Amino acid sequence: MNHSPSPQGGDVLLSVRNLSKRFHTASGPVKAVEDVSFDVGRGRIVGIVGESGSGKTTAGRCILRLVEPSEGEAVFDGVDLFKLPEKALRAYRRRMQIIFQDPYSSLNPRMRVGDIIGEAIDTHGLAKGAARQARIADLLARVGLSPEHARRYPHEFSGGQRQRIGIARALAVEPELIVADEPVSALDVSVQAQVLNLIQELQKELGLTMLFISHDLTVVEYLCDDIVVLYLGRIMEQGPSREVYANPRHPYTKALLSTAPIPDPTVRRERVILQGDIPSPLDPPSGCVFRTRCPFAIEACAKAVPPRESVSPSHSVACIRQAELATLATQKVTA
Amino acid sequence: MAAVLSAPSPLTATLPEDVVLRAEDLHTHFIVGERAAKSVDGVTLTVRRGETLAVVGESGSGKSVTSLSIMRLLAHPGRIVRGKILYRMRDGTVVDLATLPEKRMRAIRGKEIAMIFQEPMTSLNPLYTVGDQIMEMIRLHEPVSRHEARQRARQMLELVEIPAAEKRLDQYPHEMSGGMRQRVMIALALSCNPALLIADEPTTALDVTIQAQILDLMRRLQRDIGMSILFITHNLGVVAEIAHEVAVMYAGRVVEQAPVEALFARPRHPYTKGLLACIPNPERDRAADGARLMLNPIPGNVPSVLNLPPGCTYAPRCPLVEPRCEGEAPGLVPAGPGHLSRCFRHELL
Repeated sequence: MNHSPSPQGGDVLLSVRNLSKRFHTASGPVKAVEDVSFDVGRGRIVGIVGESGSGKTTAGRCILRLVEPSEGEAVFDGVDLFKLPEKALRAYRRRMQIIFQDPYSSLNPRMRVGDIIGEAIDTHGLAKGAARQARIADLLARVGLSPEHARRYPHEFSGGQRQRIGIARALAVEPELIVADEPVSALDVSVQAQVLNLIQELQKELGLTMLFISHDLTVVEYLCDDIVVLYLGRIMEQGPSREVYANPRHPYTKALLSTAPIPDPTVRRERVILQGDIPSPLDPPSGCVFRTRCPFAIEACAKAVPPRESVSPSHSVACIRQAELATLATQKVTA
Repeated sequence: MAAVLSAPSPLTATLPEDVVLRAEDLHTHFIVGERAAKSVDGVTLTVRRGETLAVVGESGSGKSVTSLSIMRLLAHPGRIVRGKILYRMRDGTVVDLATLPEKRMRAIRGKEIAMIFQEPMTSLNPLYTVGDQIMEMIRLHEPVSRHEARQRARQMLELVEIPAAEKRLDQYPHEMSGGMRQRVMIALALSCNPALLIADEPTTALDVTIQAQILDLMRRLQRDIGMSILFITHNLGVVAEIAHEVAVMYAGRVVEQAPVEALFARPRHPYTKGLLACIPNPERDRAADGARLMLNPIPGNVPSVLNLPPGCTYAPRCPLVEPRCEGEAPGLVPAGPGHLSRCFRHELL
């Protein structure tokens, strides 16, 4: 259970093991994230996908310790971030940054753009005076803005430009890992493409490693090297994204991919429309959390949490019927 | 088609038999002091009976203001300043919604044309049960008893596939999930059997698996009831799934209208083409060795409705721009069977 297939067997920058987060609410404990393990290879973009309540945002924040995890470990470059005292964590905070979804609420409206970016530089004591100004100008240029923009306030920018400012702020401390939480979801399609290109350019130039949290399956397929599919706080399937998209093995992944709208009216897919709603995380189903909506659920699915089964060296599925369902699918194709 | 656009004939003659709604050169402005925000700046679009017209556009394209103009639900200082909104009533008479007195509009809203929104709580009252709200709607338009209205309300919930409908009638909106509320809103909208449903981003706030359920439901309802739908969205994937016909809006104007297959197969406006190129496509965006290729974004930003460029509003971002485009606004002209484009150079596409 604890073993997680490492992506491409390469250099792992971040290794998350058995991460759990429980929130205590008035209505009882909520298991937002439960026993999540995955690896992030250096220089790779790992997509975390899921619907509302899947725990994708909480997982990302736990890794950065913006939310304190309940259990598990997150080994970053050999050090377990969850065990670090606050003071020691600081040095690591510089190496990990976050980009938020809403470019409107994540920038202080009373600060000039130059100060927003400069604050990050000051916090970590990275540059002063003229060197600091030069660095701000350089960062703005890097994200496609101009140095003059440093004097302006956030409200003077469009949504896409604000997201660029958010990216410049994250880059100001030269991080190695960026957690991007739905960074293009609030943007119009034409602007979204601009920002996706920018993310890729920066990732290549700076050799960044990224955790890309998103509900948009089209964007994740395009951008991410690896993918982790979450449902109600648990991993359903994970692996290299090309493999998972070409050959989804979990019934949930299959349904998710088959219902994502494709901009082509001539494509006729066999759609798996799931019945019902996502259950409340206050009262998740026993055994496999997906079983209440799964078209293939059997009695055994309610009894125990399905273990992770490898279907290839780096592709795994948490479904007790995955092997059987794969055979069924092959028979159907050959028949 | 172009002849119909300009023909100044009596109302009934201007609306072909199979057309339910036709906006002609509609202008809706928000006037503040000396300045006018031209949110809708000459929109022409057609909804055919029993079909779905998807109106697609990015923020600021004027798609929502167009729908609010049709329903005459514009908030102050929004005002229809020019144009017609011809609507064929169920009894066959054609009215111009742009100039219809408010009193007559009240009989049209809900009964002839109903509207649903992105956020169900904008139309649902948190203080009343779902059943009371649907019953109120029915009794507003039809002289039926409370008992009969309740029966009808239950049938409506069953129609939108809400399980345990009888029990749900006595629940409040907050007791339901987002997808369930969206179903209730659809039930409410359909409770007086409207001929036209205007749906403004009805699935945008929903998760993909729930979105698939709602789109499926709307397709089925259209097939069973035969209603026409004006579906507003920013998502071209959703358009491909639900629309018969598509109108693409940019900066307050319809720049292209076409049957859905024709639009995706060969867009005849540079904006539509640019928009489609912005959406990642796994086949197109990978090199032979599997390496990711960059996307082709549309450069620049959508112009402000307070300061629209003269001529074609897309000219500043258009790869096909020529001097003429900057001085003169192109009209909506035929560019193929049932295909209209607002571009001088559509033949190059």
